Amino acid sequence: MRRIISILLENEPGALSRVVGLFSQRGYNIETLNVAPTDDPTLSRLTLTTKGDDLHIEQITKQLNKLVDVVKLVDLTDGAHIERDLMLIKVRAVGAARDEVKRTTDIFRGQIVDVGPTVFTIQLVGTSDKLDAFVAAMTDVDILEVVRSGVAGISRGEKVLSL
Amino acid sequence: MDLLSGGEMIARALEDEGVDYIFGYPGGAVLHIYDALFKDCKVPHILVRHEQAATHAADAYARATGKPGVVLVTSGPGATNAITGIATAYMDSIPMVVLSGQVMSHLIGQDAFQETDMVGISRPVVKHSFMIKSAEEIPATIKKAFYIAATGRPGPVVIDIPKDCTRPDEKFEYHYPDAVKMRSYSPAQRGHTGQIKKAARLLLGAKRPVIYAGGGVVQGEGSELLTQLARTLNYPVTNTLMGLGAFPGTDRQFLGMLGMHGFYEANMAMHHSDVILAVGARFDDRVTNTVSKFCPGAKIIHVDVDPASISKTVQADIPIVGPVDSVLTELLAQLDDLRDKDAGLPDAMALERWWTQIDEWRGAHGLLTGRRYGQSEQIMPQQVIESLYRATGGNAYVTSDVGQHQMFAAQYYRFDQPRRWINSGGLGTMGFGLPAAIGVKLAFPDADVACVTGEGSIQMNIQELSTCKQYDTPVKIINLRNNYLGMVKQWQDMQYEGRYSGSTYEDSLPDFVKLMEAYGHVGMQVTKLEDLDAAMDEAFALKDRTVFLDVLVDRREHVYPMHIAPNGSMKDMWLSKNERT
Repeated sequence: MRRIISILLENEPGALSRVVGLFSQRGYNIETLNVAPTDDPTLSRLTLTTKGDDLHIEQITKQLNKLVDVVKLVDLTDGAHIERDLMLIKVRAVGAARDEVKRTTDIFRGQIVDVGPTVFTIQLVGTSDKLDAFVAAMTDVDILEVVRSGVAGISRGEKVLSL
Repeated sequence: MDLLSGGEMIARALEDEGVDYIFGYPGGAVLHIYDALFKDCKVPHILVRHEQAATHAADAYARATGKPGVVLVTSGPGATNAITGIATAYMDSIPMVVLSGQVMSHLIGQDAFQETDMVGISRPVVKHSFMIKSAEEIPATIKKAFYIAATGRPGPVVIDIPKDCTRPDEKFEYHYPDAVKMRSYSPAQRGHTGQIKKAARLLLGAKRPVIYAGGGVVQGEGSELLTQLARTLNYPVTNTLMGLGAFPGTDRQFLGMLGMHGFYEANMAMHHSDVILAVGARFDDRVTNTVSKFCPGAKIIHVDVDPASISKTVQADIPIVGPVDSVLTELLAQLDDLRDKDAGLPDAMALERWWTQIDEWRGAHGLLTGRRYGQSEQIMPQQVIESLYRATGGNAYVTSDVGQHQMFAAQYYRFDQPRRWINSGGLGTMGFGLPAAIGVKLAFPDADVACVTGEGSIQMNIQELSTCKQYDTPVKIINLRNNYLGMVKQWQDMQYEGRYSGSTYEDSLPDFVKLMEAYGHVGMQVTKLEDLDAAMDEAFALKDRTVFLDVLVDRREHVYPMHIAPNGSMKDMWLSKNERT
């Protein structure tokens, strides 16, 4: 099962490599990884997605919690949550394809953020599934480049991951 | 408040931390530190002959005393040489602080002379690591390092120190903190009372109980409490390789070590048990054999200070996260409480039947009572350990290398006290034994310290004989010599039809007696059984000399019992070359 694990991490050099290293060291997979500082400059917020059964995920969260740089950790998939992935996708847009791409982008509520004589760059925000669906819908279009931020997530309601 | 340089702060902080010895090796990046140690530091420095030995000596010092071992090495090769010893300590959860020199800050990342990314290269084998960014951080970082190394599940901590942070001409106010508080590190202080209550009930309801105690009981100072608990209930106890000594080895309730080379009665009792109390043990693959076939009828109570150790390989029915001493104290109180209410607990009849069964197993194939090792014209390796046990009255600190000799020592030297058996269990590091013996002898100069080794392992750190000479650490090295890499040969006998690929030395072994003399020590060779005891006594009678006893043993002997793998359970064992369960 796919899980979204969100971590408050000490904003220290080497902290990120400890998290990433743990995954390769113990044979766990990281599907996506997103990390950036928070409003507290001493803390980074890291969101990663991984797959595994309950025992596997329990072991991953325990091992992550053992890292001294990990301040707090939550498995967002345990409760209601919001997840967002951001994609920038550059496609070949000439002739009839220009209209087709524009239409599909509108349907997915994306934005064309850069226009060239032969290319469009589209920005799309949503769940990973939605982004996958958009890429799948681009079958007749020549995709030149795909950039995704990886999932960022937050719990719904009153629940917060903070100090 | 004193004004000190970075190097001086390191020297002072190690004093303030109450460090007894620094095991190290100097080099360019740590010269400022070494100069500060020379000028003003009460902590003696032990110069080893290879940085790996520094880590093993410090590690063994920690195992024997319970205090963190301290290592100081230079950058680059000094740091990389220390890695094997750091990994050894990590696998066995030994508290250790390693100070490694680093090239100057402005050279980091430039592929400078003797530069290596120590924080990076050590990352998978440390509990935590620090990189010093300015000299002012040094005292607080050292305090944190000792705190992290010694608390919770202990482990090695690396502090990487760029040379410019130790320069003598820049002085700072020195203050060594009394305590540490870290928002991201808070090891469990006590177990969950509800879980402990449940565990007490399950334990008292057991009909075929076993207590399975590991290195965590030794490290967590839980031996006395565990012994008290086992005796109160009259339950059988087995120890892991790391746990030997946690429960008295000569006690009737002791079943011996369990696992791959565990005692028949210990493995049988585990397999047939209905309740297992696992304390400070981690269900290692060398214990469980095939996990899916592990102890099919047993409910498992698992006490460990590290939550990640619980249900990692074998699911626990009652997990208890907490330090063993506090959990066992509370468990004892709960057991008393329950038994006050119901004096019929545990079921005495069931327990008697269980002991009758265990005694039958013991009588049939027990290593110390039933099955004896084979006899031959030559000295059997087990006889050497028995002779060592006799000569030292069972009171020696025994360090070991890795291989057949290690298993023979674990099986035949019966440790009645914790912290006496010092071996590399998790990583299985050949070359551990001799530097470990030095570390122990420095900690306990008046105690007998024996290093049980083989001619393969001893040559992996034999240069430390020179350290023995310099610091006058008269240890006794007992070499079980079969002229093979014995454990490799055993597997090649059993699984590769006796093809001894890379496991023989032909005629290349040194004359160990002469080698010892060259180092200024005493070498003795024993070839006949009738000379063994006298030679052993003579070795230990030479109180102030390092003695190497080169004992030629039967070359054919294997270590038994041995778990049958793959796909075997705890009860599936080879008992001899042609006899199995």
